[in-house]
Amino acid sequence: MHTKSVAQLVKGLRERQFSSVDVTRAYLDRIDALDSQYNSFITVDDAAALTAAKAADERLANGTANALTGIPIAHKDIFCTDGMRTSCGSRMLDNFVPPYDATVIQRFKSAGAVLLGKTNMDEFAMGSSNESSFYGPARNPWSTDLVPGGSSGGSAAAVAGLLAPAATGTDTGGSIRQPAAFCGITGLKPTYGRVSRLGIVAFASSLDQAGPMARTAEDCALLLNTMAAHDPLDSTSSAVAAEDYTATLDDDLQGLRIGVPTEYFGEGLDTATGKCIDQALKELESQGAALVEMSLPHSALAIPTYYIIAPAEASTNLARFDGVRYGYRCENPTDLRDLYSRTRQEGFGEEVKRRILVGTYALSAGYYDAYYNKAQQIRRLIKQDFMHCFEQVDVIAGPTTPGPAFALGAKSNDPISMYLEDVYTLAVNLAGLPGMSLPAGFVEGKPVGLQLIGQHFGEARLLNVAHRFQRATDWHLHTPNSAKGGAL
Amino acid sequence: MIPAPFKAVFNGYMTMAIEHGEIEKIAELSGIRISDEEIGQVTERIAEILQMVDQLQAVDTHNIEPMANPLDAIQRLRPDEVTEANRRDAFQAIAPAAENGLYLVPKVIE
Repeated sequence: MHTKSVAQLVKGLRERQFSSVDVTRAYLDRIDALDSQYNSFITVDDAAALTAAKAADERLANGTANALTGIPIAHKDIFCTDGMRTSCGSRMLDNFVPPYDATVIQRFKSAGAVLLGKTNMDEFAMGSSNESSFYGPARNPWSTDLVPGGSSGGSAAAVAGLLAPAATGTDTGGSIRQPAAFCGITGLKPTYGRVSRLGIVAFASSLDQAGPMARTAEDCALLLNTMAAHDPLDSTSSAVAAEDYTATLDDDLQGLRIGVPTEYFGEGLDTATGKCIDQALKELESQGAALVEMSLPHSALAIPTYYIIAPAEASTNLARFDGVRYGYRCENPTDLRDLYSRTRQEGFGEEVKRRILVGTYALSAGYYDAYYNKAQQIRRLIKQDFMHCFEQVDVIAGPTTPGPAFALGAKSNDPISMYLEDVYTLAVNLAGLPGMSLPAGFVEGKPVGLQLIGQHFGEARLLNVAHRFQRATDWHLHTPNSAKGGAL
Repeated sequence: MIPAPFKAVFNGYMTMAIEHGEIEKIAELSGIRISDEEIGQVTERIAEILQMVDQLQAVDTHNIEPMANPLDAIQRLRPDEVTEANRRDAFQAIAPAAENGLYLVPKVIE
């Protein structure tokens, strides 16, 4: 059961080979048996999941089922879930039980999908290793000494460890793609505004975007079909009509122009990782795609630009956590100022506080023009680089990360080396483009991710390229040994 | 491991020195208490980050319009109609301290 893709589970449910209760129970049992090695879930409610599975089975029986009815899906613990704790990986929200569902959650529920549980993540989605979680780090199923990546590390580990057929994540600077690469799964960050942000705990509002994480591009397309829609309740949600992202999966790649940016292949890219990417590009070429060398000249500025814009937006978004309306509150505050400042001192972890401080600095009087305004100008230059390239190519391809997963603890005391993990992914968020990562090989047993970057609202094309790649390769079908244990 | 095109980020840029006092001021603005034991390390780390981002100052951005939204979208407006139900009780049920429909905080005015 647990080795089936979402597409196979959909088929099996339709043909009554098994019920949603069977599937859901199988995954709950696996979580119970195996998640002690990954720490990929923060909250699992077996009874609620089984109740939803029973309801899904009724829909399957009475002909009111949707595409995802009965499919268990894990959600990053950043999506508000009515009646179920939503911690965002933080002590600040350890006791927070939202009174409403995020639009994404509500859409999955309406479709009849089963909420399997809430996955571990870097605190407030700030991190690239999952080590900043209040609940302890999630671990990489390919070797539990390695980080799973972050910030959607729990979602990636759960899917790679076969504890969930698919999961959701969010990506502000690489938080879907980098963990997908590290854990050997497929993940898609859609165009900014493609998926509603309502009910997603906000980090950097001009960059945040939710997307699917699964083993195959086809499964990502199935999830995106449910996630993508205009949401009148999110003022930045796009009015561009969503598509059936499965419709063009099988289109051939004849004549496809793939841009290969020289800046993504320089010194510093791990040699063995680079070889896997070269091989992957050759595979796409063999299917009729043309590789076009090109340049994104402002690439080097993506990190400093991001590390002004994201902290600045975070500092304002996280101002709401004040110990008054919900979440953590310090003991015995002496006055209102003490209530705020001690609640935030105790409720936030180190990296979150660091980013709030940097963001406050960048926005403060006398520095706004030199930092925030300047970063927004350079953000435009970064976007223009991509727009120029897309005059000549259909998609851009390169590595997702400079190298494979690193060891737990290797970078946790060096924020800047951690920030560099997202060197190839940040610019995509700054430009608002869709990007994905898919398995493209292994380096010493550690997965390597191929990144594909598309034009605005070009998700269908990305998924098509990824699906064709996966029809010809089997990197996405490899299973880590740690996931083979346990029952079932 | 620093990819070559990005190495320049970390070499040769002037540090905009930041002092403990400035961090204390920023912490005050941020509403975050920082203990005396932490302030040294926090200052050091933030100085490193500011040094890293300072390379942006070298870029010519004359006549470049700042970009706040990646799709250059503008704020959408909706008709001014009441669409939400009053859910005060549900919202206050999760508050650390609430009573009679009010959020409780330490006394503000003597």
